[in-house]
Amino acid sequence: MTPTTDPATTRRLPIGSDADLAWLRHQVRQVAAGLGFGLVQQTKLVTAASELARNTLVHGGGGEVKITPLADGPKRGLQLAFVDSGPGIADVEQAMSDGYTSGGGLGMGLGGAKRLMDEFRIDTTPGQGTVVTVTAWITGIPAARRGER
Amino acid sequence: MTSPLPAYEAPVPVLALGDVLLISLQGELHDGTAEQLQQDISRRVAGSAATGVVIDVSGVEIVDSFLGRIIAEIAAAVRLLAARTVLCGMRPAVAITLVELGLTLPGLVTTLDVDRAFDVLRRSDPGRAEEGT
Repeated sequence: MTPTTDPATTRRLPIGSDADLAWLRHQVRQVAAGLGFGLVQQTKLVTAASELARNTLVHGGGGEVKITPLADGPKRGLQLAFVDSGPGIADVEQAMSDGYTSGGGLGMGLGGAKRLMDEFRIDTTPGQGTVVTVTAWITGIPAARRGER
Repeated sequence: MTSPLPAYEAPVPVLALGDVLLISLQGELHDGTAEQLQQDISRRVAGSAATGVVIDVSGVEIVDSFLGRIIAEIAAAVRLLAARTVLCGMRPAVAITLVELGLTLPGLVTTLDVDRAFDVLRRSDPGRAEEGT
């Protein structure tokens, strides 16, 4: 079974300036707190969002983020999709490795964000753009066992 | 839709307390504001008799690799300008996240709060700039 997503609850925010990054961090924090994520998980989510949004801004020439609450049985999660129509990533494996940077940063963005999140996916086409989709699930809820499906 | 936050942020104040500069970071820091701060601190250290810089991050909810890099670069520049930097007040959730991100800021002196940061600077002899690690 795939997690249910409700398109009606997806929020879209623009990524076009460093003020947008600040606003996006604020919004992701609010949504994550509202869903019941604990403080450490909220912090990881917001940090990953900041890394990925900066990639969208710096490498993708701007774009948007889609913020979608998820439900999979009793599990609750949050999915963030960072969409740009920039140059794409020619070598994803290289871009994922720590220390590799093409943008003057520390080169921690993609690999770091992957470590902070539960699920991570990159869809990129050179010349057309990149979508990075990450998901975090709320942990630490005392075993609400999943029934048979 | 554009963000309701202002595109321009007021610069972060740099307070001089004796020969120590105190910078207290609060809440959301725009990238541009952080870069401005980096220049402000370097200029203030070079232009004053400051022997120490205390950066209080107790009001900061997240440190990403950008802000982490700025902090590391501030500390490096301050060191070249014959002063020392102490980072204090990091929240536990931020510390956990930074380690997972792969950003452990090695070589940076840290304390739990501003008081202890000043203690560390007071204890060390500024005339002798040899620092552990």
